[in-house]
Amino acid sequence: MSLFRTELRRLTKRRFTRYMTLLGLLVLAVVVVGVFFTNQKIGADQLAKAERQAEQDYRQQVVRTDQERASCEQAKKAGTATDGRYPDDCSMITPPPRESFEARWFLPSTFNFRETFDETLIPFAATLALVGFIVGASFVGAEWSTGGMMNLLLWRPKRLTVLLTKLAALLTGILAVTLPAAVLWFAGFWAVASFRGSTEKMTSGAWQSFALTGLRGVALVLVLTTIGFALASLGRHTAMALGGVVAVMVVFQFGLGILLEMANVKFAEAWLLPTYALAWMTKTVTLQNWDSCNATYFGSCEPETMDITWQQSSVLFSIGVVVILGAALWAMRRRDIS
Amino acid sequence: MPAVLEIEGLRKTYKSRRRGTRNALDGFDMRVDAGQVHGFLGPNGSGKTTTLRTLLGLIRPDGGRMTLLGHEVPDALPTVAGQVGAIVESPQFFPHFSARDTLSLLAGAGEVPQARVDEVLELVGLRDRAGERVKTYSLGMKQRLAVASALLKNPKLLILDEPANGLDPGGIREMRTLMRTLAESGMTVLLSSHILGEIQLICDSVTIISLGRRVAFGPVDEVLAQHSSGAVRVRLEAVSDLPAATDALTRAGIRVTGHPDHLMLADVDKPASVTRLLAEHNLYVSELAPIAVDLESVFLELTATAPVPGQHRQVDESMKVGGTGQPGTTGGGWGA
Repeated sequence: MSLFRTELRRLTKRRFTRYMTLLGLLVLAVVVVGVFFTNQKIGADQLAKAERQAEQDYRQQVVRTDQERASCEQAKKAGTATDGRYPDDCSMITPPPRESFEARWFLPSTFNFRETFDETLIPFAATLALVGFIVGASFVGAEWSTGGMMNLLLWRPKRLTVLLTKLAALLTGILAVTLPAAVLWFAGFWAVASFRGSTEKMTSGAWQSFALTGLRGVALVLVLTTIGFALASLGRHTAMALGGVVAVMVVFQFGLGILLEMANVKFAEAWLLPTYALAWMTKTVTLQNWDSCNATYFGSCEPETMDITWQQSSVLFSIGVVVILGAALWAMRRRDIS
Repeated sequence: MPAVLEIEGLRKTYKSRRRGTRNALDGFDMRVDAGQVHGFLGPNGSGKTTTLRTLLGLIRPDGGRMTLLGHEVPDALPTVAGQVGAIVESPQFFPHFSARDTLSLLAGAGEVPQARVDEVLELVGLRDRAGERVKTYSLGMKQRLAVASALLKNPKLLILDEPANGLDPGGIREMRTLMRTLAESGMTVLLSSHILGEIQLICDSVTIISLGRRVAFGPVDEVLAQHSSGAVRVRLEAVSDLPAATDALTRAGIRVTGHPDHLMLADVDKPASVTRLLAEHNLYVSELAPIAVDLESVFLELTATAPVPGQHRQVDESMKVGGTGQPGTTGGGWGA
């Protein structure tokens, strides 16, 4: 327990941890503030203004159509070539019906909590997962590269206990930031919705769904933190984790993406990691193969689809964590420390 | 005296596809008795640090036995770690923490009272600079901090690898005094160093390692005596008598090397016999001085690392026990 407390103290004492956490929270605060200022509450004034705007647009369209029809008839009379610009019958040029200009198109952006909040949990989880990954990698990587790990092992010569205690302290620290941040995120967007949108139709089912998405976001943060920690421990340097992530992104994401695209592989996104992260957060990602055609009863063509579910993502992430953390523990146990 | 550290037949081999196999430790033996300051000497790359790292569980040995404070290691390291303070190689600390934070975190991890932090900071002379970040420290100050971290546990065995590295002359003297004070308080100190004059001054006993094997060990005086050449310098009242003296001594079976104003005699067991012999030939001695050896010359002889004009010795070019010029050993203990 003393080792755990000490490691927690070490984590919070590190300036890099503080700055990265602050930066992450700042980014999240900027998002909330940005959403606040780019949304408005819809009232009678906004509705009336939108109606006026719709009417104005409709009238402009009518004038434009009249001008176009007149030009068409003039061209027909003069017998000048129109290069297919006008139809044979100029009376076919008519303005769109009035009902095509819906007032809601002209409403300012508004934040509907029930419809939009779960989407905001994706950048929330992504930001804190990035912070967790970098802090986790640096926490153990710097210990290795500055000799701190060796010093610690002279005091506590149980290698696996030391590494796992460090990881436990790191995850506790990340959780201690993520959970209050999640509460503030909920509260922040509730405030945004209250002042710049709507909090209507929030049933207990909707709350439960948001809570579960939030929990999956927290789990994603912990998974990426663990992977950053394990990669840096494996390479005994922070750069190993950061370099590894760049390599994965460049080679396995962009490179693989281009390769799969060139090879016309069906559902190429199914091979890319971000798809699974998205599926984890949104429960399902439906991929579409636009090269295929499934005829419908109405004669239209529907693309072939493939669902990536959060369960599949959970299996992938579990395997990733077990393999990478397992390798880090194995290396910690077996490799000489010099 | 009971041994606090015993090593028998320790082996560590590094295998590399490119560089082949290298025996860093090749059946190394060592014994350190309780309450002693023991010097651990060897040329660069001879296996000193590998030995210390292996002993402390940082490197896995390929063979041999080790005990610390009577417990087999590395299995019993968790049991004895609290009684062994160590610094290995150059001091390494997280650069952005202060000395006090560094020690405080170590004390926390080792369940040592926080009050001990200030005690050791005072002891190594860092009290007034303890709040500054380690990255602002000089090498000597980092060295002091490393010693402080090793002393934090108030250990029974203190293992220090090059503790005087980077210290100023005053610091070296303070370190020497500290070592002696600690030994007098009952702490056993194992000191690895290249400053042989310091070792000779501080240490009760030494072990010399070369190419992964022990080439000499025992009390410092005995090691020096064992490797004393028995050389004696002789001056006579009249320089003109030197040829006659050379003739008389050579006939008596003594190897003589002539110099313009004196003679050097080799392998002389009893210098008094030289006086008597020359007096019998009416040759009168004005100076008869046994040539003392120091640890440096013994070290250079045993490890064959003395510089040769015009040659550039490579790191692994040193003496291996059992090779040409096999030195004798003194003392007792495991593997003796």
